[in-house]
This record gives sequence, C-alpha cells and structure tokens, in this order.
Amino acid sequence: MPAIGSIRMALALLIPMHGVVVFAGFFAPYDYAEQHRDYPYAAPTGIHFKPLPYVYGLKGDSQEDRTRVYALRFFIRGRFFGTDPPGHVFLLGTDGYGRDIFSRVLYGGRISLATGIVATGWALAIGLLWGVTAGFFGGWLDAVMMRGAELFLALPWLYLLLAARAFLPLHISPVQAFLLLVAIIGSVGWVRPARLIRGLTLSLVQCPYVEAARAFGGGPVYLIRRHILPETRGILLTQATILIPYYILAEVTLTFLGLGVGEPVPSWGGMLAEARQYHTLVTHIWMLTPGVATFLTLLGYVHLADVLQGRRDPVR
Amino acid sequence: MGRRVKRLLQALKWAIGLAGLTSTLYAVADDRLLVSGPAGRPGGHLVAAQRSEPKTLNWTVASDSGSREILTRLMADLIHINRETLQVEPALAKSWTASPDGLHWTLHLRQGVRFSDGHPFDADDVIFTFRAILDDKVHSPQRDLLLLEGKPLGVRKIDAFTVAFDFPQEYSVPERMFDGIWILPRHKLEAAWQEGKLAAAWGLGTSPGDIAGLGPFRVKEYLPGQYIRLERNPFYWKKDEASNQLPYLDEVTFLFVGNEDAQVMRFQAGESDIINRVGGRNFAVLEKDQRQRSYEMRDAGPGMEYSFLVFNLSDAKGIPPEIAAHQAFLKRKSLREAVSAAIDREAIARLVYAGRAVPIAVPVPAGNKPWIDTKITIPARSPERARQILAADGFRWDSAGSLLDPGGGPVAFSILTSNNNPERLQMAGLIQDDLKQIGMRVNVIQLEFRSLVERVQRTHEFESALLALAGPDADPNPDMAAWLSSGGNHLWNPHQPSPATPWEAEIDNLMRRQIVTRNYSARKRMFDRVQEILAEYQPMVALVTPHVLAGARKDLGNFRPAILEPNTLWNIDQLYWRKGAGGPGR
Repeated sequence: MPAIGSIRMALALLIPMHGVVVFAGFFAPYDYAEQHRDYPYAAPTGIHFKPLPYVYGLKGDSQEDRTRVYALRFFIRGRFFGTDPPGHVFLLGTDGYGRDIFSRVLYGGRISLATGIVATGWALAIGLLWGVTAGFFGGWLDAVMMRGAELFLALPWLYLLLAARAFLPLHISPVQAFLLLVAIIGSVGWVRPARLIRGLTLSLVQCPYVEAARAFGGGPVYLIRRHILPETRGILLTQATILIPYYILAEVTLTFLGLGVGEPVPSWGGMLAEARQYHTLVTHIWMLTPGVATFLTLLGYVHLADVLQGRRDPVR
Repeated sequence: MGRRVKRLLQALKWAIGLAGLTSTLYAVADDRLLVSGPAGRPGGHLVAAQRSEPKTLNWTVASDSGSREILTRLMADLIHINRETLQVEPALAKSWTASPDGLHWTLHLRQGVRFSDGHPFDADDVIFTFRAILDDKVHSPQRDLLLLEGKPLGVRKIDAFTVAFDFPQEYSVPERMFDGIWILPRHKLEAAWQEGKLAAAWGLGTSPGDIAGLGPFRVKEYLPGQYIRLERNPFYWKKDEASNQLPYLDEVTFLFVGNEDAQVMRFQAGESDIINRVGGRNFAVLEKDQRQRSYEMRDAGPGMEYSFLVFNLSDAKGIPPEIAAHQAFLKRKSLREAVSAAIDREAIARLVYAGRAVPIAVPVPAGNKPWIDTKITIPARSPERARQILAADGFRWDSAGSLLDPGGGPVAFSILTSNNNPERLQMAGLIQDDLKQIGMRVNVIQLEFRSLVERVQRTHEFESALLALAGPDADPNPDMAAWLSSGGNHLWNPHQPSPATPWEAEIDNLMRRQIVTRNYSARKRMFDRVQEILAEYQPMVALVTPHVLAGARKDLGNFRPAILEPNTLWNIDQLYWRKGAGGPGR
C-alpha cells in the first residue's frame, strides 16, 4: 500500500519542521526582535570549512570582511549554534532592521503553525457540535441551523475583518491578538465540517444499530456519545488535515493585510508583507524565505490530507 | 465627390486654424513671458506614471493629489513661485504694485493671452475665478486659501487687464498667496456657476473640447483606469530665448499605476520617461543600473516633507478612559523629551531611507532652508540622557526594567501608523525598539490611512501617531492651521477655544504677528522662537526629512528636479527631447 510510505514522507517533513519551530528558542541563534542596525539587508552569511566551520566578519555595508574570522560554535549561550561576538551568523540574511531572518522564520512558525492548529481545533469543535445537533434532532431545528450556517458562509469576511480592525481597542498584547486571530479565522471555517458531520449523522441515526439502541431506551446524549461521535473520527481527521494548511494560509493572508499579531513578533505572513516591496524582490530575495517555509508546510499537510482521504474512501 | 469636398473643407479648416494661430502669435508676441535659458527642440511625447487617478478635472472641487497632478499641467496662476529659486515670479500677471499700507494690490495682466480653446483671457476671468472660489455655495476646498483669519480677499476689476485685490488685513507675503490659484475660463463655467452646478462641472466624462485652461497642455484623451493624454496648448503664453513657442513637447501621457513599486517597474522597463518621489531603497535599485538602461537618477537633497511622532494632548470629551489614563504621562514634558532623546534618527535615515534622508530637530522640513532654525541642535540618540530626564521627573523602573510613571503605573502606549506605507512602518519598528531600551512598552498599530486620520483629527482616540507632512511652500503661512491652537491641523490638540498652555499661547501670538509682518528677518526671528518652543515642549517629535529623489531618461533636456512640489514636472513647459522626436522607443 503506497499510502503508508506517503504518510511517512509527509510526517518526515512535518515532524522535524514542527520540532524546530516549537524549540525555536534553542535552534534560533538570535532573539526575533534583536536588531543589528549596522547590518540591514545583509545577505545570508557564507559558512566556510577549514575543516571546522567558520564565518567572516561583516563590514558596514553588510559585505564580508575577509580579515576577520569567527568560528561557528555549537551549544553556545544556551542556543544550538552561534559565533563569538562581535561575529554574526545570519543563515538566511537579515531584514531592513538587521534582524536575523532564520531566527524570525523559526519564531514566526510558532504563530503561523499554532494559529493553524488551534483555529482548526476551534472550527472542528463548533462544526461537530453544530452538525451533530442538527443531524441528530432533524426537523425544524435542522432547517434553522443549516440555513443559519449557509448565511454565515455568504458573509463577505475579508471586508468585515478589515472594517472590524478599525474598531478594535488600541491596546491588545500579541497574545490577545493571537487569540483574536484564531477566533476570527476559526469562526469562518466551521460550516464545511458542520455540513459533512450533519450528513453523516443523518445517515447514522437511521442505521439499524442506532435505532435498536434507541428502542432499548437510549437517550440522545448516550446515542451521540456511544454511536455517533466515534463514527465522525474519520471526517474530523481528514477535515483537520485540510483545514490546518488552509488556516496557515489564512494567517499569512490576514497578517499580510495588517490584521495579525503586531511587530516585532514575527509570523510568516507578517514577514512576507515586509518583503512585498519592489527593492526586496529585486535585491534582497532572501526576505522571501518565510514563503518557502509556508510552502513546505502546506505541502506536508496537503499530502497528508490526500493520503488520509484516500484511505478513508479508497474508491476516490 | 464627397471625399473631395471633405478634403477641401479639411484644407480650409487648416488654413483658418493656421491663420488664427499666426494672428494669435502676432498679437501676443510682445506680452508672452520670456523664459531664459538655452532653447530646446520642439516635438516629442513624454510618458509619466502617477500613483493615483484623478477624481475630477474641476479645480474648484479637486482636493486629491491625482487630480492636482493633472490640473497643474492644464492651468496657470497669476503670480507663481519658482520651484527652483523658491522666489515669486510673474505669470499671468506681468507686474504688480502695492499701496503704501500693503492692503491694496493692483495686478497688471498679460495681454493677448488665450485659453487653450482660443478664447481670449482678461480681467473678467480673474474676477470670476475668485468669486466662484469664495462662493459659500460651491464648497470649494480652495476657499480657505483666500481667507485671512476667516475674512475673504476682496477683488475688483479696474479695466480689462487690471485687477485690484483688497486684503482684509496686512499680510506678510501677499504675492505668494496667488501661487496655485488657477484662473478658470468664465466663458466655459459661468453658466454652471449661476445655475449652482459648478461643483458638478468638468468631471472626467467631460469632452476634452469643453475644458479650457491657461496651462501648457490641454486634455486630448482619457481612458479610465489606464491613462490621460494631454496635448500641447498652441495658445500658451511663454516663449524661449529663440522665440520658440513653449511647451516643446507635443504630448504628455500620464499612466495610472497605483503605487511606487509599479512606478519604479514601469520606469525601469522604459515604459515611462520620468519618475518622482522614489523611496531611498528603490532609488538604490534604480541607481545601480542607470548606465545600461540609459536613464539618470538625481538626488535633489532634503525636500519639504518631514515625519514626526505626535502625541495626543487633547482634553476633548469622549476620549476613552484607558487613553485618558495614558495621557497623564504623555502630557508630561519630560516624557516627550525623553522619547526624543531615545530615538535614533540617524538609524532611521540610514535603514529606512538608505541614507537618503536627514535627521531634524523641529517639525520644519530640512529643505525649507530660508526658515528652518539651524541653531537648534539635532538630538543624537542618548538613552542615558533620556533616563536622566525621566528620573528627574519622578519616573522609576521596576525590577524587570519597565518604566513606571510617577504614580507607579507602567508607561505603555501605542503608535498608530498607516498600513500601506512600508517606510513609516519600519520607522515605527525602530522607534519601538529604541523606546524599549528605556523601559517604555510601545505597541505599533497599523491602520488604514483614513481611519488613522479620523482618529487623530476627529475622535482623538489615539495616544501617539507617526505621520508625515509635506510643506506646500517654503513659508510658514500655509502651516498656520498647524501651529495656531485654534487650527484644525494643530494635531496634538486641535480646535482649542483658547490656548491650553502658556507655550501654545506664545506660539499663537508669534504666528499671528509674523503673518502681518512684511520684513523677512523680523518674521524669521519670530518663527525661530516658535521652533525653539516646539523643540522645548516636543508636542511633535520631529524625525527625518527624506531627500527628493527623481529620475528621467538621459535624453530629456531641462530635467531639473526641485524640492517643492511638483518636483519633476514643475518646468514641464521647458522639457524637451535632445535628439529625435519622442523618448526612447517612441
């Protein structure tokens, strides 16, 4: 079965990625907000070997100064790697403030990935509750709930969000901004899983074993817990693998539009927003590496979703 | 047969047109304005890319930059400020005299001048223009330009080519007031004005033949969302030293491209011939390959724009309690002084503008050389000094290094900035980090520009905002509304019924005195004092003035970017192509 190998491939991409991002404080050589103002838009630092790795110092114009050599050290100052001061190692170059992009990509992944995962959990929770309730009880409740969900789907979300930003209080900490972001994008995507789960519930309540359980006197809570919820696991799993990349992308989009966590806390979307200027695209293309990170993560998740979907529904 | 008649008619039309033209030239020959300098070559087509599309071609209601950028090519004023010398020079008025008390001015108009449709220009057009602008019912945004302390300028016709202006009070630089007051054709617009429909006239859908002006060009074609094409005005009233009729260029096309990056790409690809207001970073990109792409980039030095951090010191009703609580420390002079001392202006110039900006000490643009007070030293970044200032006023730091106000509350505030200006956003990031060094916790909030302005000017729901202003003239008078405590642009506390602080009262007094003083050195002394007060109380922490950065094809003659707007096309009537008719590839 090729699916198993493919799952391994997807996980081989996703697990190290998440690991590095979760332990960004260890793997990143600098803090995300640390500004090296003498070296704005420095190109990625070249690593040389002799045979141990070393880097050259940087001149004022962010060019290499070959007269100064600094050894690349591991497990230094509580971080995975770094150099002795005043040397610098910018694996993916620096941005306009002279901040290390590699460190910011790692720290930024925390926001972007966490938004994806938490918002997915939130959306699935609402979707599950809504779908099971509507499907199980049916009748007018079902009609009202599902029309309501469709109405929700029809709202022009992006414009509402942009308008809402202007009315937000001025003082929100990055944590509050993060939660808000999660709540916003999670609230947008719950309708699709809710519909799927409602459909499944509708067919399940007519299954002989559910009817039998009902005939033996099983109440709604018992029936849902014992017979309905376990069956939704497949849908939830595939929906999760679809929604996570969708939400990572949503975070990137919203932050790109200025609706995300504020500076200096990085997120991939925020970093890409900085890179959209012409001079960046022409002369500082290392600013686009958050895009590469986003792409690889999405690839991993989409692949995983594909494989899981194929497993659940082999005919497809 | 029909074709022959058509041809005959065509020839006849040409002959009449030519005769009309020569007779016009003959009639105006003496009164045309002679522009000194080497003569250029007539012909050719220039393409410029501008960010925004005009909203109207009606100057009485135009307030957006896209409309003004086009209108300034179509219209002319009586007295003009030379963008290069910053001095006034005759335009449609060839000379003027003043009464001894300086209240009554007589302007002598150029004779034989015609609008771009061939209709003669005279004093009636001037009278019409001033009356229409001052008409309350028109609601013209230009009306304020003709008011002194709320009282309008009086205008009287003496004869067909002489107009008298009565100033309601003495005014320091009356000539400069006429710059940018574009004269409208009475024969085209008077009917609309009398019907009360002037504001609706001359929209973008108006046929080019119905629009007439006294500027170097007239409208030829407009394609919504794409471009507006102008052709030379054959009746223009300027000539060069070789008696060539100006302008030299046959046509000018303005492409609407949306933003600076698109402007840069169009210019680099050779799709536009001239570029203005380039950011420092984009300038560096363009400069790098200017040789192989046959254009040249020019740095005209510090311009008339200045950026600043303004604090909300307003006592207006309706300010939310959490903002009012923070105003308690924002209103302390020591805090604002400390902010100014902690900010690394040099880093802003270097990082944000790639070195093409200069730090400033007061909210007056560094390019305004006749007026900026150079005795005020530009504060170098000193977190130590900032800490001393704060400590002396009772501020403290907790064990984590966070700053506490004298009441013991944490010093935290937000900086609002526009979300579509990457340069200002980066500045905010640098300031945020600078202030963190002295223990202040600063949130940077990006807002859509209109809601930002709404908060600063109307609702006062902000703590501080990072903004930039551009001086329209090298004179303090256009900025009266910014410095007077009753002014609407007095950003830190607008529309005050009476000055809230003694230092604002002193600024009011100085500004009101300088506006009626005619002697430059006396005015300069007063304005220097205003700057000293602003530097001492720091309601606006001045940051940097960016350079004016521009570029054009190498073959474009007379390309001389100036620091006053419009920086590159101010001498559009003198621009010419050195060889061949038209720019490269045309």
